[in-house]
Amino acid sequence: MDSTSVIEWLRPDWFFNLTVVSDEYNRGRYLAGLWMTVQLSVISIVLSLVVGAVGAAAQGAQSRTVRVLVGFFVAFFRNTPPLVQLYFFYFAIGTVLQITGDDGRPEPLVSNFGWAIISLSLFAGALNVEIFRAGIEAVPKSTIEAAEALGYKRLQIYKDIVLPLAVRISLPALGTNLVNLVKTTTLAYAIAVPELLYVAAQIWSEDLNVQEMMNVLLLSYVGIVAVLVWVLHHWEKKLRIPGYGR
Amino acid sequence: MLYPTRPTVPVKGHLPVLLPMRSTGEPLPLTDRVFNLWTAALLFVACAVALVTPALAQQDGESQRSIIEILLEWTPTIGSGFAFNVLISICSMAVGTVLGVGLGILQVSPLRFVRQVSWAITQFFRNSPWLVLLFYCILLIPFQIEIFGTEVPFPGWIKAVLGLSLPVMAYMSEYVRGAIMSIPEGQWESAESLGFNRAQTMREIILPQTVKRILPSWMNLYAVLTMATPLVSIVGVNDVMALTRAALSAEGRVDLLIPMYLYILCWFFIYCYPISAFTRRLERKFSVQL
Repeated sequence: MDSTSVIEWLRPDWFFNLTVVSDEYNRGRYLAGLWMTVQLSVISIVLSLVVGAVGAAAQGAQSRTVRVLVGFFVAFFRNTPPLVQLYFFYFAIGTVLQITGDDGRPEPLVSNFGWAIISLSLFAGALNVEIFRAGIEAVPKSTIEAAEALGYKRLQIYKDIVLPLAVRISLPALGTNLVNLVKTTTLAYAIAVPELLYVAAQIWSEDLNVQEMMNVLLLSYVGIVAVLVWVLHHWEKKLRIPGYGR
Repeated sequence: MLYPTRPTVPVKGHLPVLLPMRSTGEPLPLTDRVFNLWTAALLFVACAVALVTPALAQQDGESQRSIIEILLEWTPTIGSGFAFNVLISICSMAVGTVLGVGLGILQVSPLRFVRQVSWAITQFFRNSPWLVLLFYCILLIPFQIEIFGTEVPFPGWIKAVLGLSLPVMAYMSEYVRGAIMSIPEGQWESAESLGFNRAQTMREIILPQTVKRILPSWMNLYAVLTMATPLVSIVGVNDVMALTRAALSAEGRVDLLIPMYLYILCWFFIYCYPISAFTRRLERKFSVQL
């Protein structure tokens, strides 16, 4: 790219000449893809937090079997590629899990969107288990003993003392993981979920504007991640206990 | 179990202080980890058997080959595909590490402009999805370039290596910056008083000390990168995932799907688990005990 084309590229009307801005059909598709990515991200984030909290609680259980099972789950999902996990869920289990539809033909029980959410939440959830556990372990012993001395029960201690502190301790690591999760939603492209990357690929193969769409795509993702980082930062500031940490 | 047995009969002069000291925490997680590893392996075998056995029973004595036979038959192909993935991961790790260390050093440059630009580059590549960066490199790098009049072909997998090395570069840059910032100021000052210039200080005093701090994150990054290599199958490089899907469509059997995908997951697990276990051990070793 020589200097004249850089200047051309930076022209203000470049933005308005983009096919996703000027063309109504493409704009609609792009916005639908953006909405799909947001949906994927938000649902997976919520579910992965649930998986993480339940898993971390189970790892503190008395039963060794439960602990080992959770440990296996975490080790397995942490050390295998998310794409292969997604393929495993969608192509292997999804093919087996079929019901007979109204017209008598077999129909998949879970849609590709559903499998994307399940796979992404389990993958990010496994990492969240580790993060939450590290946070729980970092809660000072004396705090728990103090709660015991005040007559708290085990569940109460977990709910009212340990968890609130652990969440605050694990927020930075959690933020990194959730940002990663948002970036991983692009994998849904591989099973044809019409999210941002998928619609962008459709648009650039029809309009042959790979470079512009690529730039739009990268900026969109940086924007989405920036929003998430902002929300997490805000949350972190709001949850901060004066005199605790730092 | 680890507690020393307390004498039941009151012994004169028996005080808790006199009991042998017991180490807290350390031995139990170790056994837990070992137990995890074995249980993981056992569960895996159990899962595979549980999934394969009904499939075997379905065959009704037809002249179909068993699942295990098919898996064994495809193992050389899958092995070579996996080796290709490992090659891609090593190449992009090498490229990404070299670029990342450079970018990381630029991030602590005394020049404000250089600092800001390298910070922006790092953040940009760190926060964009791997797959999008991969598409970017695959579609926008020409398939051959002309150097000194000779046409040098640029095959897809080299472009994939470059695409994967971009996020590695960004992560590496952050690690290097963090490690350099964590070296005490005194090191810089004493180097200065010994007459080292900035480049010498960086090369001979600061960077060697950062290696120990970066190593665990670097290994973790390698494991993450290895797990990202199947992405190249989406952009049309014939890696293990592409070969597996080709094998599956060649066999065309529904009951093969679950064992085959589990098999691939196994390959990655066996490769990546030791790396991350070793990383955790290093982290524990290097961590500051508070």
